[in-house]
Amino acid sequence: MSEETANGKGPLGVEGPSPAEAMEQMLEVYPKKTKRKRGKQMLLNDPQTPKEIGANSRTVPGIITQRGCSYAGCKGVVIGPIYDILHITHGPIGCGWYSWLSRRNMTKIRAEGETNYLQYSMSTDMQEEQIVFGGEKKLKEAIREAYEEFKPKAISVYATCPVGLIGDDIHSVCRDMKKELGINIFGFSCEGYKGVSQSAGHHIANNGVFKNMIGLDDTPVEAKYKINILGEYNIGGDAWEIDRILRLCGIHIIGTLSGGVSYDEICNCHMADLNVVMCHRSINYMAEMMETKFGIPWFKVNFIGLEGTKKSLRKIAQYFGEKELIDRVEEVIAAEMAEVRPVVQDVRKRTEGKTAALFVGGSRAHHYQDLFQDMGMKVISAGYEFAHRDDYEGRDVLPHIKVDADTRNIEELEVEQDTERFNLRNTVERKKSLEDSGFDFSDYEGMMRQMAKDTLVIDDISHHEMEKLIELYHPDIIGSGIKDKYVIEKMGVPCKQLHSYDYGGPYAGFKGAINFFKEVDRMTSTKVWKLVRAPWHEDASGEASADAELANASV
Amino acid sequence: MSATAEMTPAQAPRSATQNACKLCAPLGASMVFKGVQGCLPFLHGSQGCATYIRRYMISHFREPVDIASSSFSEDDAIFGGARNFATGVENVINQYQPEIIGVATTCLSETIGENMIGMIREYQERYAGQGAPLVHVSTPSYSGTHSEGFHAAVKALVEQLVPPESVTHRDTTRLNILPGMVSCADLRHLRELVGLYGLSATLLPDYNQTLEGESWDQYHRISPGGTTLEEIREMGANAATLELGHTLALQKESAGAWLENHTGVHCHHAGLPIGIRLSDAFFTALSQATGRTMPDSLRAERGRLVDAYVDAHKYIAGRRVAIVGEPDLVTSLAAFVSEIGLQPVLCATGSKLKGWAEQVAAEIEPGIEKPEIVKGADHAQFSARCRALQPDMLIGSSKVYPLARELDVPLVRVGFPLHDRFGAQRLLTLGYRGTQNLFDLIVNAVLARRQDDSVTGYSYL
Ligand code: SF4
Ligand code: SF4
Repeated sequence: MSEETANGKGPLGVEGPSPAEAMEQMLEVYPKKTKRKRGKQMLLNDPQTPKEIGANSRTVPGIITQRGCSYAGCKGVVIGPIYDILHITHGPIGCGWYSWLSRRNMTKIRAEGETNYLQYSMSTDMQEEQIVFGGEKKLKEAIREAYEEFKPKAISVYATCPVGLIGDDIHSVCRDMKKELGINIFGFSCEGYKGVSQSAGHHIANNGVFKNMIGLDDTPVEAKYKINILGEYNIGGDAWEIDRILRLCGIHIIGTLSGGVSYDEICNCHMADLNVVMCHRSINYMAEMMETKFGIPWFKVNFIGLEGTKKSLRKIAQYFGEKELIDRVEEVIAAEMAEVRPVVQDVRKRTEGKTAALFVGGSRAHHYQDLFQDMGMKVISAGYEFAHRDDYEGRDVLPHIKVDADTRNIEELEVEQDTERFNLRNTVERKKSLEDSGFDFSDYEGMMRQMAKDTLVIDDISHHEMEKLIELYHPDIIGSGIKDKYVIEKMGVPCKQLHSYDYGGPYAGFKGAINFFKEVDRMTSTKVWKLVRAPWHEDASGEASADAELANASV
Repeated sequence: MSATAEMTPAQAPRSATQNACKLCAPLGASMVFKGVQGCLPFLHGSQGCATYIRRYMISHFREPVDIASSSFSEDDAIFGGARNFATGVENVINQYQPEIIGVATTCLSETIGENMIGMIREYQERYAGQGAPLVHVSTPSYSGTHSEGFHAAVKALVEQLVPPESVTHRDTTRLNILPGMVSCADLRHLRELVGLYGLSATLLPDYNQTLEGESWDQYHRISPGGTTLEEIREMGANAATLELGHTLALQKESAGAWLENHTGVHCHHAGLPIGIRLSDAFFTALSQATGRTMPDSLRAERGRLVDAYVDAHKYIAGRRVAIVGEPDLVTSLAAFVSEIGLQPVLCATGSKLKGWAEQVAAEIEPGIEKPEIVKGADHAQFSARCRALQPDMLIGSSKVYPLARELDVPLVRVGFPLHDRFGAQRLLTLGYRGTQNLFDLIVNAVLARRQDDSVTGYSYL
């Protein structure tokens, strides 16, 4: 199938204009300045030598973007999922309301009688009076009330746009209240205008978690192989599937930051011997800071897709280097693959050679390419919503990234070695000797090295560009988010939401892959789009479709 | 208990809002702008608000919702976003070729006190009056909810687009309908009803097609449908206005009142026509506005509804119900449930409108005990009172589901947002037909519960 269609001029030989032409067509409607800027955020891929992409630049006003704000990245993505911290949004009602359980972070309480605070959306609900006279007093009262009612272990406070402007000092309020109530209380200055997208909020969140939670509890963890998973948010239960597999292998996860995690687990997670990173974009800061302070090495993994999952498991086993573990991992892979293989064989009959495009997140546009490849599908175009150059080009570009004004506004923590707790379990030496044998740490090669030549890379894609892409190449499926979903489907292309999973999932690991294969098979094989054309429909292709109707009727 | 029951435990003043029963004002405004043909909503502020608002509208309507934003940076937040506004509008025009741009402010631009009028004037000068018209509405969420934002945007549209001159020659075949925040099916039904009285209608807004569209043959930058600019401009010359929603009577000058004051088009006010009594009032107003009597088909619809009331009375009479939602919706629902013999025990809204509680109290049928009425409520208060009052049924949005689950009582879903059931756009609630639909939903919720709870699972009920 792929051979038949592989002689078009489009990316990977699909029908349609050359990718360079497509880019031209996407850009031509823009005014000069916007065109120049968008032009830097689009390129034809070269996996050998990834080109520079203008990622993490400010969205041009009036270009309708999928991006959210720094508050969304901080509260909504990174810290929000911690179920036993009580989260209070300081601001007018909307921001807090909109971030109320809107991401599908799944969680289970750890002990009976605990409250899952994720069901609550607490807001100071600022009124005119606070805008004019300041909101610190109201915030204090809100914290007190919340404490009275729930007696949580910790309370966190998030600033929204107006807060920064009226000059409320949430941090001093938190300090005061921490003293008064005797529990951990901390704030995040994640006003939505900071940075260019939710990505700024991730960084702010990492800093806050690092300063206020990591390292608070030194209780030793009784397990032979103990790791943390960083940048896994348990959408649709992904973290649980990863946990299931690792458990089978005998690997213990102390903390998954921050999907399905508890406050105590985060406070204790510096007791791990390894950090593995799923979403590089949202949490690489934490991995780096933990390594500097505690000497815990990190590397990138990917539990989305069969190949990625296998590779990641093997790498973790190699890190610990014990035969027992290495063998156990192989056994688990063999057993799990026995279940997956028939499903792949079946769906591939229908999905082989079909095309996909992915525009989502800061890691998913990369990770999900593996799952599509497992099904024999071609990813003709991909891009992130809010990632940075290193997520596209690989971490080797880090020294060359220019720091712009938007980034400079975000605090860079000065982290030092913890004299007492650095390298307690000789992880530094282990890293050194593994590195000498060619093992990669602190690595991320980025999305583009793994994409085919001359596929289209589009950062922060706009609606207009998406329309063009569909018009020119009509992919069989697009992975994106809810803001695009119905635009894409109006144009006759099924859209898989990869933020919320369309309320399905999990898609991680082996069982997740099976879910995903079945789902994509269903979506790309559905006949529903045919119904768009009524039998009496007349247009240029009317005749052909009438024939098709007849053919269908006679079956 | 008195109508505005002061300070029940749940109403003790609290600083924080826990699970609000209100959304923010620009959401309401965006919904209105989606109901104008070729209109692109534009939020002046940081991009996060636009993204969040789109997200919620999309999950309710399951349709594309584009809202542009001026994407403030930290510098813009400090020095003002005039430049962003200009670039944003230019980009929107180039990409979308809108016929009109609906600008709403966010809390950020309101806090800095952006000079919107000045920016719009500048825009008009730059485009020498040739650019798409900009309509601007001020929607600080720290002083109003999505419901107030909705009404404010309707007002802004008429005030800024309809020429304020008194008209002598009226188009007697056309009626203005200001429907308030209702479903797409309700909008279609209202138009159909005006048609039954022999007139055509200008609905403002009319998002029935933009927010519940067909599958498309070709891509549309801006979803087709909506009230045209031309239609809006001519609203002052139509036969009359019918304005729906109790709370409009509480406004200094509602959109309908503005039209009457400035163009002389007479405005009839009515509540959202839910239930027989409020529908009768609505149809009476419609008769007055059109000068025609009720068509037979509607009389029959009314008759069937009364008949259904009679048939189902034994199932629902005396059941206790708690209602929460947008202020206009709750008022009309309160009237309706008390009319069918349910006992409303609690009526709540997130809005703080003065005079709303009194309006609700006045709509309760004589002979039915007045419910507790709470404005400025949040779901925590609503839930706490429900735990005490033990209603048999809840009426509200998807956000009430956790409480319904906790209390193990049925939830009849009405209002915004509905994202745990299919077909929010098609939920018909207005007129005799809409009431019939709601009535069936309520009765069936009771029957389903009875059946599920019965030991025998008997299938005759
Ligand atoms: S800042 Fe205001 S407008 Fe923006 S989301 Fe928050 S409440 Fe709504
Ligand atoms: S006001 Fe700021 S923090 Fe709130 S949603 Fe909008 S951009 Fe985000």
